[in-house]
Amino acid sequence: MSILVNENTRVVVQGITGRDGSFHTRQMLEYGTKIVGGVTPGKGGQQVEGVPVFNTLRDAVDATGANTSIIYVPPPFAVDAIYEAADAGMALFICITEGIPTLDMTKVYASIKGSASRLVGPNCPGVITPGVAKVGIMPGHIHRPGHVGVVSRSGTLTYEIVHQLSSAGIGQSSCIGIGGDPIIGTNFLDALALFEQDPETHAVVMIGEIGGTDEEKAAEFVKSQMKTPVVGFIAGRTAPPGKRMGHAGAIISGGTGTATEKIEALNDAGIPVADRSADVVGLIRRAIGGTQ
Amino acid sequence: MNIHEYQAKETFVRYGILVPRGAVASTPERAREIAAEYGTTVVVKAQVHVGGRGKAGGVKLASTPDEAFEKARNILGMDIKGLTVRQTLIAEAVDIAHEAYVGIILDRASKRPVFMVSAAGGIDIEEVARETPEKIHKLAVDPFLGLQPYQARALAYRLYDHADQANQAAKILSQLYRVFVESDASLAEINPLVTTPDGKVWAVDGKINIDDNALYRQSAIAAMRDLDAEASAEVTAREAGLSFVKLEGDIGCVVNGAGLAMATMDLVKYYGGQPANFLDIGGSSNPDKVVAAMNIITSDPKVKAILFNIFGGITRCDDVANGIVTALKRIAEGSNGPLTLPIVIRLTGTNEAEGRRILNEVNLVATDDMSDAVQRVIALSRQN
Repeated sequence: MSILVNENTRVVVQGITGRDGSFHTRQMLEYGTKIVGGVTPGKGGQQVEGVPVFNTLRDAVDATGANTSIIYVPPPFAVDAIYEAADAGMALFICITEGIPTLDMTKVYASIKGSASRLVGPNCPGVITPGVAKVGIMPGHIHRPGHVGVVSRSGTLTYEIVHQLSSAGIGQSSCIGIGGDPIIGTNFLDALALFEQDPETHAVVMIGEIGGTDEEKAAEFVKSQMKTPVVGFIAGRTAPPGKRMGHAGAIISGGTGTATEKIEALNDAGIPVADRSADVVGLIRRAIGGTQ
Repeated sequence: MNIHEYQAKETFVRYGILVPRGAVASTPERAREIAAEYGTTVVVKAQVHVGGRGKAGGVKLASTPDEAFEKARNILGMDIKGLTVRQTLIAEAVDIAHEAYVGIILDRASKRPVFMVSAAGGIDIEEVARETPEKIHKLAVDPFLGLQPYQARALAYRLYDHADQANQAAKILSQLYRVFVESDASLAEINPLVTTPDGKVWAVDGKINIDDNALYRQSAIAAMRDLDAEASAEVTAREAGLSFVKLEGDIGCVVNGAGLAMATMDLVKYYGGQPANFLDIGGSSNPDKVVAAMNIITSDPKVKAILFNIFGGITRCDDVANGIVTALKRIAEGSNGPLTLPIVIRLTGTNEAEGRRILNEVNLVATDDMSDAVQRVIALSRQN
């Protein structure tokens, strides 16, 4: 079992003929993901890695029965691609693109809120269900199938922790990168709710960072609604206030969004927080009581 | 991106918001000229991208042109929180009958632009928000509808009892919302919004921060960037496509990925060291970026040792290792000669064994464990 991505996931790549789009299409195919089509306006009829390219997402969906899209479209056009995905009735669309203006995201969020469509990202590495499918840019081989869910705002830090879990023999049910932007389609709380519904997920690792209050809200949810144990890691204990630490959303502003506040909120909710990323494995072992 | 107060005020003027007359002076002589031309008491204000200018002595009243000269001479060149003042705004002083605060932020919690207004103006709004949040009135704006006139009026009447002032304020709020949207701001504020004894409402100080992600479509604003007002290493880093933030410690850090870069800094601190910087070189193994990163880090005289922390995912460790070797060769051939600082490299992931072999060939210490690498670099920094 898994969340968001499974054996029925049929993917269209928006921006498939671009450098990133074509590279990752090959990577995802090699992992075994069912990539059924691609979209680049004006390049309909071509093929990329044997995958048919269409001019519009609607054409691609009609021809292939796709239910998921992944967006590798440059920032000035990415919002249009997101609206196109929502309009084409995709159940899930994952936006990898980094650099979408935040004001545009206020509109995206308002327009898809309450609809059946789920956006993951933007500025995220995507979603992987190890051994089944990867819809994203993460290195597939570091993952192994198992029962620990991973949700994170970051890319390489997630790979770091996943690599340690896998090396310790702890597999993952699904790993979801929710993205490093201030406004994202799926937040920690949403992802945790999905993991809670998944009987095959026995514990969850939540990898947060400075900025915003999503970790705090997720902690309240864990405390009041979740039976599945959650362990945490928060990056940015040494980050100075007012400086953007790489991710657009990783900034302490007006004194809120500090690592200290988040760690306290997690601890208050009974979520153990690792001091070092290397300590996550130990916390997970304790949480699942050696059943892996 | 931040712009200066005078640039924010120029923007306000273009949107019809009343702003006291002002001009920029980068010499005391120019400050005197401006004050003489206005013939009124002026305020000499340091133009730097930090808060608390007043407390730092960077804002002074001057009642004569000679006094403006004197104050500008004191303020120009002053260091405020690590930034050197290179420009002052010479603005006409206004008599203050009442001060309010109005601002808009991109609110992450509601995922909307949110107005914050307070009749307690001229203050640190963050402090008011913490200490007495009931004094701040908030309004989340529907991003599709924008600020409706009735909403602007409702906010304005929270600030003023007098209909004339409320009308002026409502107009200012509507225009401020336009400034916010049309500039792709993450924050736009007027603080204080001043009522003068004759009943007019003025923007006496203002601040606009721009969403970096939107700069590609805001060329006029991008051109307002004042490179002198930013730490030079941060400017160099941005031009090289690196994400960099300077810190106060002595361990230089080069990491791929923002989250891992933060976790690396935290681990340095955990083991008793102090990180000198945040630096994300991204997913590339391009030697140019590695050279740029090394140049930026070594230009900080405090740095005693350098730590690379690379997780090879799609980027292969052997490519990164070659990038580091090439970069070090290029630095050695440069004017400053070979790098003398100790380097510790942590490489894990795709092709890590090959990556470590390449590094060992040129006598670089390479390890696969992050905690081990951090402890080693701290030990080396203490020998150096």
